[in-house]
Amino acid sequence: MNRKLLDLWVGFFVAIGIAALLFLALKVGNLSAANFVETYPLVAKFDNIGGLKVRGPVKSAGVVVGRVTDIRFDPASYEAVVTLNIDARYRFPKDTFASILTAGLLGEQYIGLDVGGEEKTLNAGDTIAKTQSAVVLEKLISQFLFSKASEGPDKQ
Amino acid sequence: MLDWIIEFVRGLGHRVNDRLQRLGFSARFFFMLLVYSGQSFRRIHLTIREVYFSGVLSLLIILVSGLFVGLVLGLQGYETLQRYGSSEALGILVALSLTRELGPVVAGLLFASRAGSSITAEIGLMKATEQLKAMDMMAVNPIARVVAPRFWGGVISMPLLAAMFSAMGIFGGYLIGVVFIGVDEGAFWSQMQASVDFRSDIWNGVIKSFVFGVAVSLIAVFEGYDSVPTAEGVSRAITRTVVNSALAILALDFVLTSFMFRGL
Repeated sequence: MNRKLLDLWVGFFVAIGIAALLFLALKVGNLSAANFVETYPLVAKFDNIGGLKVRGPVKSAGVVVGRVTDIRFDPASYEAVVTLNIDARYRFPKDTFASILTAGLLGEQYIGLDVGGEEKTLNAGDTIAKTQSAVVLEKLISQFLFSKASEGPDKQ
Repeated sequence: MLDWIIEFVRGLGHRVNDRLQRLGFSARFFFMLLVYSGQSFRRIHLTIREVYFSGVLSLLIILVSGLFVGLVLGLQGYETLQRYGSSEALGILVALSLTRELGPVVAGLLFASRAGSSITAEIGLMKATEQLKAMDMMAVNPIARVVAPRFWGGVISMPLLAAMFSAMGIFGGYLIGVVFIGVDEGAFWSQMQASVDFRSDIWNGVIKSFVFGVAVSLIAVFEGYDSVPTAEGVSRAITRTVVNSALAILALDFVLTSFMFRGL
């Protein structure tokens, strides 16, 4: 096989390979939107994080503004300490409210940030004071059943 | 009885010594390969030729198998997911299983049997017909002239082939899921994009396929170089290449997976 044809085939091969990688990176992996260039860390403590995972999204008004980077257990206060990396473009007020929410009925869990009204903003490493734990489905159902049971006889 | 035990232990020791010797030889061989790589890169068209033989000629089998693996994943995944009413997650299932595991592993196994075996056969036959010795006599280093280009050709081809396999598989999953079964196209892609991460899923898959490429190519060139220079010896060397490559890929895959996806 002559050299030119060989080079052509190899070039063709490498081009398809790189195209496949690009397809994976851009169309499948969504390289462009998933990574934040500059971030700053915030800490939030929860009584119960439910099924929250590292790399889970942090959303405010439904828009992804950061990611969960670390989840630890604090043996002193028996709370879960969650570290969030927030996109450096966004600043949140001191009285921001962090709650663990579920996308859909059985979907993935994420942290929702509800913005308060304070003028001062949270700086890197600050702790979000007001948090709400994950809703555990079993607890919710048992609460519902108990309240139904207690009000039951009066209604009938 | 005592004799029997002594004989058994001696046999065991002999085997272990033999293996260790081969392992040591292969490590020295790998080192020499790296040393002479610079020399062989100066004549880059040798490596390009090998990319053609191990990469371009493996294209067809890689693309066709990738497509069929994707089709099967689409069918089986849909069958299971629709029981839980989450058939839109088909995109995630197909993409994650291909980029993380199936792409590198199945492409590696195919590559070992398609390209690795032919590399071993070629080098083994060169040894059997004393071409390697002849090169040595002409002051041409056979490792730089024959072995290194084949090794690097394999190392270059393997990640590209694995990426093509994954891409083709995802296309197969798309064909079955969206075109034939009718999963919503927007949900298929957007859920896939939301949960496939470039760093931890796709890039780790590329690293895996690169490691498999190094392992398979090294095993192939080493078995060829180390083969007994007879017809029977070469055929045994080819068998060993395929078997050892498959074992190496699966074992390395486990090790790499346990490092890469721990705690996720």
